[in-house]
Amino acid sequence: MSAVAARRRTLPGFGLTMGLTLTWLSVIILIPLAGLFLKSLELSPEQFWNILSSRRTLNALRVSFGLAFAAACVNLVMGSIIVWALVRYRFPGRRLFDAIVDVPFALPTAVAGVALTALFAEKGWLGAPLAALGLKVAFTPVGIFVAMIFIGIPFVVRTVQPVLQDLDPEIEEAAGSLGASRWQTIFRVILPSLAPALLTGLALAFARAVGEYGSVIFIAGNLPNVSEIAPLLIVIRLSEFRYADATAIAVVMLVVSFVIIFAVNRLQRWAQSRIPAR
Amino acid sequence: MTIEVRNLVKSFGSFKALDGVDLKVDSGELVALLGPSGSGKTTLLRIVAGLDWPDSGEVFINGEDALAQGARERHVGFVFQHYALFRHMTVFENVAFGLRVQPRAVRKDEAAIRIRVKELLDLVQLDWLADRYPSQLSGGQRQRIALARALAIEPRILLLDEPFGALDAKVRKELRKWLRSLHHEIHVTSIFVTHDQEEALEVANRVVVMDKGRIEQIGSPDDVYESPASAFVHGFIGESIELPVQVEGGAVRLDGRPLALAADGLAPGASKLFVRRHDMLVGPPGSGAFEGAVRHVRNFGPVQRAEVTLSGGKTIEIDAPRDKELRVGDTIGLEPRRYRIFAG
Repeated sequence: MSAVAARRRTLPGFGLTMGLTLTWLSVIILIPLAGLFLKSLELSPEQFWNILSSRRTLNALRVSFGLAFAAACVNLVMGSIIVWALVRYRFPGRRLFDAIVDVPFALPTAVAGVALTALFAEKGWLGAPLAALGLKVAFTPVGIFVAMIFIGIPFVVRTVQPVLQDLDPEIEEAAGSLGASRWQTIFRVILPSLAPALLTGLALAFARAVGEYGSVIFIAGNLPNVSEIAPLLIVIRLSEFRYADATAIAVVMLVVSFVIIFAVNRLQRWAQSRIPAR
Repeated sequence: MTIEVRNLVKSFGSFKALDGVDLKVDSGELVALLGPSGSGKTTLLRIVAGLDWPDSGEVFINGEDALAQGARERHVGFVFQHYALFRHMTVFENVAFGLRVQPRAVRKDEAAIRIRVKELLDLVQLDWLADRYPSQLSGGQRQRIALARALAIEPRILLLDEPFGALDAKVRKELRKWLRSLHHEIHVTSIFVTHDQEEALEVANRVVVMDKGRIEQIGSPDDVYESPASAFVHGFIGESIELPVQVEGGAVRLDGRPLALAADGLAPGASKLFVRRHDMLVGPPGSGAFEGAVRHVRNFGPVQRAEVTLSGGKTIEIDAPRDKELRVGDTIGLEPRRYRIFAG
């Protein structure tokens, strides 16, 4: 950029804001994460590998990432339907439902965990009929899945909602008058237009579920190898003063999460590039 | 393909958008629905397209009962004011959309779709934009693409809702001419909605003037301009001087004083006198039906526009030829060359 152009910027302060951004991100995010990596360096590569390849660690990671992804997918589908109803229709109680969506954001996760456990326990309101059908939710991986759905739903709804609000209903009418069926309109017109927002919502709900601790540990039963999530295993290792073990698991979670989120981000950028800004 | 609507009624809450509308459009016509906002013209268009449903009344497209079909089955091309292009699709895919969503049994193969889209893009003279996205086009280009997209399905009729309403004046004039020549070329029965009288008079074969959910007049552009059927039409189309007058005892009175105008065949009572601005001829004081003082003169293209306060106190604007000498403060006589008086 030439000096003249730089001087003509309406708002000064590139240097100031950039400096603050870097400092802040360093203090809040980068330095703590670097500390994590440093701590894990206390382990030899062999020790590191042994910790990770232990059955308990692998199972915990599988439970965390697998269920988080499954929960995020469910949230994507259900969240989209909820957004559709909230944006496109006017019904009594719409504002109330709209507000309820945010509850998982605000509720202390432990409260959510206790509430879900009570609800889905074998004698609970939902647990009893489900148990009669042979499905045990509380104290099983299914319970983890339920808790992860609970805490992830607002992320999908709140990212997709503004984009759908922005989508002119006229394009649905246009598709209809061109002969498209309802399904064709949804799959060829509406969903592709929402794709970037849907992917962002999916990534956020996934990230939240992977990192979730409070609500899950109450409902999970925390049986090693079966319903033990990776964050809980980290806490267990910490309580055993095996700090290096804890950081090794944390590092893996961090790297895997980062790779997944980065990939979704690229996918989202690609989808966005097909819809240039208006 | 003909379009016929009978006694259409449609309300939105307590607002009557259509209040008993009858209209017949012949095959190959290009009809303008003209009226102020809220006159029901867009509602009428949307009902014909199947995007809205009337409370009562009938719609026939080519003699078939259209209300028995949804928008999808009616095979109607619809062009929206704000284009409604699919923003995640290229221009090519937008135009191809109607062909791609056809049932498998009648769907063209990829090669035939390409040929058809190319034809349409040539028709709207935008084949060089095939790979762009709608957001990369100007408003005028977007509307031409929207038209190409609507024509792709070979619609039985073409409906355009304020097609040029969102464009700037210059582009609007170009597209008007272009639409007229396009219609000449493809001859599909078309209705377009506009609130711009110039647009309606310039483009359409026939003009339907609407107000408050009713049709005020149907006629050729010349008809509605030269012989307006109602006070509303006279006031809405072309610039008019409107004066409240009283018809009594065989005379037309303005502010109690009789005017030298024939009152034959007029119903007594409060009425409105309409004169086109350029139909007020300027003469010496004492000549003509009115007398007034010139307040203000401004040159306005080929004419000069003068503000004249009549002797009764009312102020009107007239258009006089540029060579007529008018000075502020002059007292002049005014004679309406043509005028209309409507009761009410």
